[in-house]
Amino acid sequence: MIDILLISMAITLLYMSIANRLQTYLSILVFQGFILFGASYLSLPDISTFNLLFIMLETIVFKAIAVPWIIRYIIKRNKITRIAEPYLSNFASLLIVTSIIVVTIVLSNSIQDRNLDRTFFVVALSTLFTGLYLIVSRKKIITHIIGYIVIENGVFVLSLAVGNEMPLLLNLGIMLDIFASIFILGVFFNKIGDVLKDPDVNVLQNLKD
Amino acid sequence: MIWMFLAATFAISTALVINKNRGVNYALVLLYQCLFLGFGVYQYFYINTIQHGVFKSDPLAVLMLLALCFISVPVLFHAYRYIDKDDSEATPHTRGVFFAALILLITACSMAYLSDHLAVTWIFIEITTLSASVLIYHHRSIRALEGTWKYVFICAISITFIYVGILFLSLSLKEAGVQDISFTSLMKNAGKLDPFWLKLSFLFIYTGLTAKLGLVPMYTAGIDAKDKAPGPVGAILASALMNVGFVSLYRVYAVISGTPSMSWAGTIMMIAAILSVFVATVYMTRIKNIKRMFAYSGIEHMGIAVLALAAGGIGVYAAILHIFLHTLVKPVLFLQYNQIYRIYQSKSIYDLGNYFRYNRAGAIVILLGFISVAAMPPSALFVSEFMVFQSLFSGGHLLIMAVLLILLTFIIWGLGVNIFKLLFTPRISEGLLKEEINVPKINPWESLPQYVLIIASVYLAYNPPAKLVWMIQEAVKLIQ
Repeated sequence: MIDILLISMAITLLYMSIANRLQTYLSILVFQGFILFGASYLSLPDISTFNLLFIMLETIVFKAIAVPWIIRYIIKRNKITRIAEPYLSNFASLLIVTSIIVVTIVLSNSIQDRNLDRTFFVVALSTLFTGLYLIVSRKKIITHIIGYIVIENGVFVLSLAVGNEMPLLLNLGIMLDIFASIFILGVFFNKIGDVLKDPDVNVLQNLKD
Repeated sequence: MIWMFLAATFAISTALVINKNRGVNYALVLLYQCLFLGFGVYQYFYINTIQHGVFKSDPLAVLMLLALCFISVPVLFHAYRYIDKDDSEATPHTRGVFFAALILLITACSMAYLSDHLAVTWIFIEITTLSASVLIYHHRSIRALEGTWKYVFICAISITFIYVGILFLSLSLKEAGVQDISFTSLMKNAGKLDPFWLKLSFLFIYTGLTAKLGLVPMYTAGIDAKDKAPGPVGAILASALMNVGFVSLYRVYAVISGTPSMSWAGTIMMIAAILSVFVATVYMTRIKNIKRMFAYSGIEHMGIAVLALAAGGIGVYAAILHIFLHTLVKPVLFLQYNQIYRIYQSKSIYDLGNYFRYNRAGAIVILLGFISVAAMPPSALFVSEFMVFQSLFSGGHLLIMAVLLILLTFIIWGLGVNIFKLLFTPRISEGLLKEEINVPKINPWESLPQYVLIIASVYLAYNPPAKLVWMIQEAVKLIQ
């Protein structure tokens, strides 16, 4: 069951690489939030009930509801166009994300470690690198933030792999989420909207040598 | 004691944000200054004690803390001057927020030095990002916003990388059956860590730390931040905050130095360090913005220090000494920068010139600062840089040493061209300043803290007290 969830997580990455509208990205983020909700329930049998409840609450409240909602609010408030504006064609994007997944699978097979659950490793790393790819290949600031949240989701999958032994690390990861969602989104992006009428990354390109 | 200090910091910064009265505001800053100096002295007397389980006042931490204590006095003084004189748009609210963020940044840096636990270090690094971003956004202009945005975003990614590194580290711990990720326990169990995961973890943690440390690949955010932040803040960002990256890297490297992967990690660090010096050279020879030039000079010095650390032997000692002296020297330039800006209202080298005519005391500071950061013989950094070359020579890294020497020559040239343009030649744009009469007179006493810093750095370099040498030697012992 956990494998099914993780593999569907990997499939969302492929879908994300060819999505054209910001709305689609948000729906995928919501979907990923629910996947992580299920995955954290299934993969953390050893930690205390209270901690598990806290983690599951965080995935559902932050990842699946709050963050996509805030982004949707920002998009509406700043009247950002609905198109994602990639630099590369959809086909090239799909090819790149597929090769990211293939490379991580090959990499994980070269690791001789019985402590490692390969599925977690593959899905986490490919989500992380897909997030980085989304950041560099999309024009808008808002898609950069979406890319960053995808990275966070990938990191969360990885933290589930070690969460049974060290719940402390899981809680740290949650701090990271809250840092990103509250600070970057809530406070900062609202400011960007106030100062810039058009939150396009092109406006923020003058600080260089 | 640490919790009490933290609580006091939060209380003072909250009071600063709420309070609108000028006198009360500065009294609070003064109170914090006294508390912070007292805290530094306390840690010095209780050296090598474990506090609250997760903090440890080991010699490296205390050394960096004392350096920060020392520069915090001129920085807070100039911050006061800056808000009072230079910042025409300051309101009681922005003033309160500015000082609150500044003292939070100073506290977070000192806690990151003292932390003995990887997770605690990580948390305080995150707090430095938060407080620094408030300070960078102080001007509330679109360029400041851009600098802040880039800084926050890159630091957010870097902090995620460090987190991934910690996760991989915990995978490497599984085999050893250890669950404690304090540096003490990690160093004790270094031999039992799984080498593959340890290497992967080092790679991620190192990449993440470069955002604070100012090395390739994530140095860019720091440059924009130092450019856009007010001068006194730039002084902290260019010294104490970079030290946070260095101290954290040093501790992680100390863990890996107890394993066979040490030479591998050294190679990675060496490549990144020499690339950083190269990047600094490229920008410093063609840059036209003096504040960014000072920022790139920091990249160069961090590159040299990490190179020495990777070379090993006497290099480890040289690296710590270099970082320590750099902490005293670099703020000089950033603190003096505000006075330059007050005269010319610009930081482009085309608008600057004949600085000796307008502010003699300040011009001598810039000249001495140039000699110091270029590490010319009578200056402090010469001592440590000489040791760096010694370590590269005795470590057999002759090629790297040759490359470094050539790059440093270029850097001195690039730095010298701009500094001498600023000091001696008439400015390019319109000859003399238009309103020659209206050029603000600058009180020479304002440059006094800079002189003190330079003299202290030279004194400590050529005549180090036994206690300083002892602290550095104790820190060197962490690297096995």
